[in-house]
Amino acid sequence: MAEVLVLVDHVDGAVRKPTLELLTLARRIGDPVAVHLGPGADAAAAVLAEHGALRVLTADAPEFTDYLVVPKVDALQAAAAAVSPAAVLVASSAEGKEVAARLALRLGSGLITDATDVVAGDDGPVATQSAFAAAFTTKSRVSRGVPVITVKPNSAPVEPAPAAGTVEPLAVTFGELATGTKVVARTPRQSTGRPELTEAAIVVSGGRGVNGAENFSVIEELADSLGAAVGASRAAVDAGWYPHTNQVGQTGKSVSPQLYIANGISGAIQHRAGMQTSKTIVAVNKDAEAPIFDLVDYGVVGDLFQVVPQLTEEVKARKG
Amino acid sequence: MSLRIVVAVKYVPDATGDRHFADDLTTDRDAVDGLLSELDEYAVEQALQIADAADEAEITVLTVGPADAKDALRKALSMGADKAIHVEDDALHGTDVFGTSLVLAKAIERAGYDMVVTGMASTDGTAGVVPALIAERLGIPQVTLLSEVAVADGKVTGRRDGDAASEQLEASLPALVSVTDQSGEARYPSFKGIMAAKKKPVEALGLSDLGIEEDQVGLGGAWTAVQEATARPPRTAGQIVKDEGEGGKQLAAFLAEQKFI
Repeated sequence: MAEVLVLVDHVDGAVRKPTLELLTLARRIGDPVAVHLGPGADAAAAVLAEHGALRVLTADAPEFTDYLVVPKVDALQAAAAAVSPAAVLVASSAEGKEVAARLALRLGSGLITDATDVVAGDDGPVATQSAFAAAFTTKSRVSRGVPVITVKPNSAPVEPAPAAGTVEPLAVTFGELATGTKVVARTPRQSTGRPELTEAAIVVSGGRGVNGAENFSVIEELADSLGAAVGASRAAVDAGWYPHTNQVGQTGKSVSPQLYIANGISGAIQHRAGMQTSKTIVAVNKDAEAPIFDLVDYGVVGDLFQVVPQLTEEVKARKG
Repeated sequence: MSLRIVVAVKYVPDATGDRHFADDLTTDRDAVDGLLSELDEYAVEQALQIADAADEAEITVLTVGPADAKDALRKALSMGADKAIHVEDDALHGTDVFGTSLVLAKAIERAGYDMVVTGMASTDGTAGVVPALIAERLGIPQVTLLSEVAVADGKVTGRRDGDAASEQLEASLPALVSVTDQSGEARYPSFKGIMAAKKKPVEALGLSDLGIEEDQVGLGGAWTAVQEATARPPRTAGQIVKDEGEGGKQLAAFLAEQKFI
């Protein structure tokens, strides 16, 4: 079977969940070959093998951590030349999409971004995407070159599928532009202990109705009872009540969890664009006319400061 | 020396309208009114601030799109950009990100530049890859998704807030910068700005002016084919209850029934 390159998204060898989802998708269209760039390949290789990687191509150089985007493009280009893959899969992070786009251009290949599903087709992989704030679903395929596809988190299950995971060094020659954009400082985000917003199975969000930064603890407590990530609407972020990194919406993060709970969020198009593909949608809002209620599987018209703490208590009680 | 800034902007269908696909599976631009992409207003704003901080600077705003796309240019000019370039050609209908980035890169080269500024993504396609593709085509550094940006001594610096870390970035000019909606509110055009914009030059270009063949753009030149687009079925009406004191418990029962607890 043809090989499929999967770019590994990791933090010092700790493989992030979207990469394991990519390996599931890669197995549908060929034999997964993981490309691990930067430090930590040994730790990563074991995890990648466990999830189906036949081979793990590794390269480490300061360029991968000290400079942005282009070094990874150089490396993937080298991997594509070495492997002649049937497709290249990359996680739909900000950097992932940029790496994928530049690679596709260099390979003279079509690009599909933010796929929510990938299946094998007669003329190569067919990818599902959502368009216009998820009002439409499209199916597309690449009509030229090696399909380069970026996939949104939560688009496929993580499945163990033990494979050889043979580690092989990848020779990379960096081009002149590789050192064009220098990372002069990096401040790791402080961990909240909660799941990553875009990867979480459950997201609990707060909006204008939360009415103050100090009140977000109500949202956080519900999230913690469910093991969920915390999101915020643009109104809440613009008001300074919650960090921009937690913003769900067109200009923030796009999430697609199993369960989305919107609290005090009216459901403007800007917000809907970022959460409408969630599998089950729940809302709590005191305005019965709020557009968010058009989307929900279950809605409670009521004061979130009454409803949410009661829900939190009930969740804790039921979980024992 | 004058700092030459080109801001690439997009004229997009209003996201609050009922957007859909035309029969050929391209965006139906007739269905909904267009406007300057909100995310590109941030790019114009940052370009204006960078120009203000420079000794001498000139801002050219550039768009690729149909006749109406002039509205987007006028908006940017009324905010304070100095001049505009409009690339319009019937052959551009259905162009993908590769064709778009090709046209933009050729027009930027033709205009002359020290710096290219864009928004983080368009509000219609939302892929967010055109800035990186322009940088690849021009062979210049990309400093993208900045929430803060500054230019001094031939260098651009900025802050990129990622999932795992916040990064301070630096690149030498010429460079491409894209900015997020966190970079700072875009100014409203003043009446004076609106009046002045009417007198500012808008250069019209076609593909032949840029040395681009028709088969490099348009639906025929796209490297990806949309095979089908289906409207999402309306959600079946969900269950909505009014909180009479037990709303939280009722919701918990629903979540339990759905196996979330």
